[in-house]
Amino acid sequence: MAAIISVEGLGKRYAGGVSALEDVCLEIEKGEILALLGPNGAGKTTLISIICGLVTPSAGRVTVGGHDVVTDYREARRLIGLVPQEVALEPFEKVINSVRFSRGVFGRPGDPARIEAVLRQLSLWDKRDAQIMTLSGGMKRRVLIAKALAHDPDILFLDEPTAGVDVELRREMWQMVRELKAAGVTILLTTHYIEEAEAMADRVGVITGGRVLLVEEKNALMRRMGKREMRLELQEPVGELPAALAPYGLECEEDGQVLVYSYDTAAARTGITRLLTDLADTGLVLNDVQTRQSSLEEIFVDLLRENAEA
Amino acid sequence: MNWLAILAIYRFEMARTKRTIAQSVISPVISTSLYFVVFGAAIGSRIDEVEGIGYGSFIVPGLIMLTVMTQSIANASFGIYFPKFLGTIYELLSAPVSFLEIVIGYVGAAATKSLMIGLIILATAGFFVPLQIAHPVAMLAFLVLTCVSFSLFGFILGIWAGNFEQLQLVPLLVVTPLVFLGGSFYSISMLPPVWQTITLFNPVVYLISGFRWSFFGIGDVGVAVSLGAILAFLTLCMGVVWWIFRTGWRLRS
Ligand SMILES: Nc1ncnc2c1ncn2[C@@H]1O[C@H](COP(=O)(O)OP(=O)(O)OP(=O)(O)O)[C@@H](O)[C@H]1O
Ligand SMILES: [Mg+2]
Repeated sequence: MAAIISVEGLGKRYAGGVSALEDVCLEIEKGEILALLGPNGAGKTTLISIICGLVTPSAGRVTVGGHDVVTDYREARRLIGLVPQEVALEPFEKVINSVRFSRGVFGRPGDPARIEAVLRQLSLWDKRDAQIMTLSGGMKRRVLIAKALAHDPDILFLDEPTAGVDVELRREMWQMVRELKAAGVTILLTTHYIEEAEAMADRVGVITGGRVLLVEEKNALMRRMGKREMRLELQEPVGELPAALAPYGLECEEDGQVLVYSYDTAAARTGITRLLTDLADTGLVLNDVQTRQSSLEEIFVDLLRENAEA
Repeated sequence: MNWLAILAIYRFEMARTKRTIAQSVISPVISTSLYFVVFGAAIGSRIDEVEGIGYGSFIVPGLIMLTVMTQSIANASFGIYFPKFLGTIYELLSAPVSFLEIVIGYVGAAATKSLMIGLIILATAGFFVPLQIAHPVAMLAFLVLTCVSFSLFGFILGIWAGNFEQLQLVPLLVVTPLVFLGGSFYSISMLPPVWQTITLFNPVVYLISGFRWSFFGIGDVGVAVSLGAILAFLTLCMGVVWWIFRTGWRLRS
């Protein structure tokens, strides 16, 4: 598939001397959902801000739909809708006027039917004449999304869209994002909720300290990095592990009632058969066996730890 | 040119004006009336005529200029400072608009509002004193040029200001004194010679003088000089705006 956003060797050093991005390269494919994960201060917002034209890059270049974001900013920006991390809205303005303004400032002619559709999609139609300051925090966030969608962008940036949003609204947003994807919109979202990336993303990018550690298809990543665990529940707890089981690196849980064996799914041999044979030889009796795949969250934490150690 | 974007900004700003229409219109009317009471009736009773014009009529152009200048600066600086303060400026900066289009939208709206106020004051003044306008077209041109150039100045101020104090500091410390000392309420020729010379360094003198010329056909300085002064100020402001546009100063980090 063709890249709709292409970031090459992007660097950003803020006036204060903070280096927020270093040599970032990234391609976002048309129609995909890319989730950008990273700790606070990793540079996620900076990256988005450069693509949208809020921050000027110190090095490198970005193209959106083939248009350079600096030299050909009009064409590039027309394609993008931005939902910023911080809620910033005119408190005294009516919801509908604010959304109309967004459409207008992106150079699109007025279209009451389209505005109505966007407001309905975000359950804001009943609140269209309300002053923004009278809305709840979750509703304000939806107004931000409505404003970003008002000009029918091909690309949507969601910078931590679900921060401070309750579970129900979060699910609604996920649903909406899926619908947008189905309609062909490319989506870049940043999040601290790995659950969110796991639920929605096609690909996951991990960024820390201004560098992109990896960008990979979510399923492939989980297969590659994901560890499986086998939990062996014993009939009788063991006080001390028999020496024969030492090579397996088992962890004891629940006072020796449960033994946990971690193995790599990608490895040629998982060692399960030998472990079970050796276990039988020691005379321990099994009650139950479960296996579990590690979540994206654990993968993420592992990645960051490895990076910090390297 | 992204005309639809300019229109969107202009409309949005004018809607803000509309919401506060009462303040926007009533306060200049009241303050003008007060000036007439204080300067026209109290002081004017002691000064019969200035250069052959009744004192009440004489101060009308200065009064209009005074209000139009301060209103232009206040409206335009607030108009662009507010989105910066709220953070809503992200939308303008990420929209497919050039800085020039942003300037036209905001400065256009601010200038429209102060032009309206200027005309309202003119009408109010008509109730108090006899008015004659010798050169109506020139009068309107001076008024529009002043509205636009001072709104531009206000726009620059709003971009520069880092907090509300700074936003008020320049109008209070620089603009108001210059305007008051710029001959709003007197003719330069009424001053001692030394002060006449010093006053010529005050750019506002030229604006008020030219505007007064369009009413009465007389001014402290030649009308060409006045026109040159206001065009120079306009050019200077446009130059600064162009520089801001080139560098993204105070807007883009
Ligand atoms: N305007 C600015 N001026 C100076 N430094 C900045 C500016 N904006 C961000 N930074 C710095 O750049 C780095 C990256 O910040 P950024 O906001 O991009 O992180 P982030 O990944 O979005 O973090 P978070 O998850 O907390 O939103 C941080 O060290 C931050 O302090
Ligand atoms: Mg951020």
